Amino acid sequence: MPLYYDDDQAMLADSASDFMREEGAIAKQLRHWRDRDCKDGFGHGLWEQFGEMGFTGILLPEEDGGLGMGQVEANIVLEEIGANLTPSPFLSSSVLAATALKHGSDDTRGRWLPDLVAGKNVYAVAIDEGPKHRPERIACKAEKSGNGFKLTGKKDFVVYGASAEMIVVAARTSGSDSDTDGITLFAVPQDADGMSHDSVRLVDSSMASHITFDGVDLDGDAVIGEVDGGREILNAMLRAGRVGAAAEGVGVARGAMDMTVDYLKQRKQFGTLIGTFQALQHRAAHLYSEVEIARAVVLKAAQLVDGESEKAELMTSVAKAKVAKAAGLAVREGVQMHGGIGMTDEYDIGLYMKRERALQEFLGDMYYHAGRVAELSGY
Amino acid sequence: MADLEQFRAETRSWLEANCPPEMREPVETDKDVYWGGRNATFKNDAQKAWFEACRDKGYTVPMWPKEYGGAGLSAPEAKVLREEMARINARPPLSSFGIWMLGPALLHFGTEGQKQRFLNEIARGEIRWCQGYSEPGSGSDLVSMQTYGEDKGDHWIVNGQKIWTSYADEADWIFCLVRTDKDNKYQGITFMLFDMAGDGVSTKPIKLISGNSPFCETFMDDVKVPKSYGEDVPAYVGEINRGWDVAKYLLGHEREMISATGGVDRASSLGAVTSRQGELDPVLRSEMALFDVDALAFTAMSEKFLDEVKIGKGHPAQPNMLKYAGTEMNKRRHELLMAAGGSRTLEWESEETENGKPARSWLRTKANSIEGGTSEIMLNVISKRILELPGA
Repeated sequence: MPLYYDDDQAMLADSASDFMREEGAIAKQLRHWRDRDCKDGFGHGLWEQFGEMGFTGILLPEEDGGLGMGQVEANIVLEEIGANLTPSPFLSSSVLAATALKHGSDDTRGRWLPDLVAGKNVYAVAIDEGPKHRPERIACKAEKSGNGFKLTGKKDFVVYGASAEMIVVAARTSGSDSDTDGITLFAVPQDADGMSHDSVRLVDSSMASHITFDGVDLDGDAVIGEVDGGREILNAMLRAGRVGAAAEGVGVARGAMDMTVDYLKQRKQFGTLIGTFQALQHRAAHLYSEVEIARAVVLKAAQLVDGESEKAELMTSVAKAKVAKAAGLAVREGVQMHGGIGMTDEYDIGLYMKRERALQEFLGDMYYHAGRVAELSGY
Repeated sequence: MADLEQFRAETRSWLEANCPPEMREPVETDKDVYWGGRNATFKNDAQKAWFEACRDKGYTVPMWPKEYGGAGLSAPEAKVLREEMARINARPPLSSFGIWMLGPALLHFGTEGQKQRFLNEIARGEIRWCQGYSEPGSGSDLVSMQTYGEDKGDHWIVNGQKIWTSYADEADWIFCLVRTDKDNKYQGITFMLFDMAGDGVSTKPIKLISGNSPFCETFMDDVKVPKSYGEDVPAYVGEINRGWDVAKYLLGHEREMISATGGVDRASSLGAVTSRQGELDPVLRSEMALFDVDALAFTAMSEKFLDEVKIGKGHPAQPNMLKYAGTEMNKRRHELLMAAGGSRTLEWESEETENGKPARSWLRTKANSIEGGTSEIMLNVISKRILELPGA
């Protein structure tokens, strides 16, 4: 498959770009909700608009009311979310949770998917346990209890967890903490007894929960997929979520870079535009080169995920690590080249730096994924 | 699509029948590369048989039209051929600056007569070309070159000196930038073609820090260059005094070529290869992993670039970015290879290292970001043409 968008994808990119620039703009969404100290951290009105656009069900098959599209298309939406810093549960709900729910029974899909597609419900995923992403090790326990399970343990970095009508939880149903097998995924409803949220605002103004499960009783039909067979579904979620986060990161990098290059063309010092200084030109040109390479590998990885290629795991980690490098460079150079004004809250470039930091950490940072590239390459 | 699969099947069986096993081994030394030309010799019968089979099939230049010695393959067919050759590790049957550089310039700017003559000679490996661009006083600032051709009616008398002419001591003909109007910087250069066997041309190899001498100085001392080699075969490409257009076009090609070949060993992860030779220090292992991230990502970038070229998409200055990123990466790759190999890689003359191959290759890569436009020039071009920064 060639590494460029086909006609339909190009059209989607155009409409996603227009939509996000109009409706998802920084002043209209990120600053608006942040400055009102919104406890959700995003706007429900925009989420309904996502539903009207069809974005909410982009990865879901048509029989579930979705658009039946793939990772490349989801990434197109995510890149625009990134470029506009649009606060949205899209990645958690429509990419990660939706990928899990695709593996659910008819009942499970019927219960949760229509309200997601409509842009009414928001879903979250609870994977991490601790401040670093280590999905190889899952200690959170779900023990058999009557016809169902009793869930005990803690989860961290559950993005938009407090706003979610349902949380997909990866828990251990057998084996020891570091076993590959013995994982089961559960759809835990918001009102489950014994689940408590400590919802915290993050550096990028998004909200994330520390969740404690204190013997939460779950029906057998809360299980997504097979008992003890959740690892494969979890891996599919992680692939989709990581490539998706990488695409959003490319958008963040693009937004920060465009802003910075524009600034170099406007700001005067020593009687001349600072963009005429070769010291800055070369750094901007190097940044451009890194961002282009990151964009290419994200598209490659997304195509491999869609094609269910055996190389998808490796290239997903390559993409996540490369974007962390490139987007990190984009926001750091962005703030530095803006000078003093880059340190002010009034100016948007700092918002890019904050978002990049949170996104980089989500589902594994550069160090985690570079290490994974080494392992998958056999060293 | 069905046609393409048919073509793949045919190509596969043709390669099976015609590519000798020896030609599926990795290229180890210069002698493993066949450059063609008047004085060319084959290393062995396998090299000869493989070259001749490809020549007769048009596969030395698969995408050139059949009448000029190519196979007339479409871009998708050529991709299939590349993939099938890569699958069995087939060596290129013929390498030459004629194929990579002069050929593309002639296809774009040449007259029908020039194409008939020169392209066929290149495709058939009969004439080996070298490139005369840089001069001792004109490196990055190429347009300041001084080699002068004095107009004598039906011929020029050329005087001057070129430097960094690759393999000039083994080349038959040279494509050479010659100033034909001293008052006009950009529109005073002619892209000339002439035989180096003529009077007044001499070459002197330059010994590099690697100990090898792939480049020469080339001296032109009252060289008589006729303006025409026969009907519709002028001795210059494009128009007189408009050689800079051809040179710029070609530099674009050169950058693509360097970025495509100088980039990465696509087949294998550097960390995987080096860790098989011995345990890597933990910090070095981390460096390898970060390198592999960059290298694999760059592979996707190269692939994207080639795909976009086929449909005429992508920014025309993009090759400068690929050249910059690819060559910087190759330098880093060899630094890591030296670090992983330890004191063994320091050996300059030993059987174990095939006479210092690691060290010589490491040193050779330092030229990657200098030749064909330095990294700094590439960054200048990106600043100006892509980012459109002021005063760039």
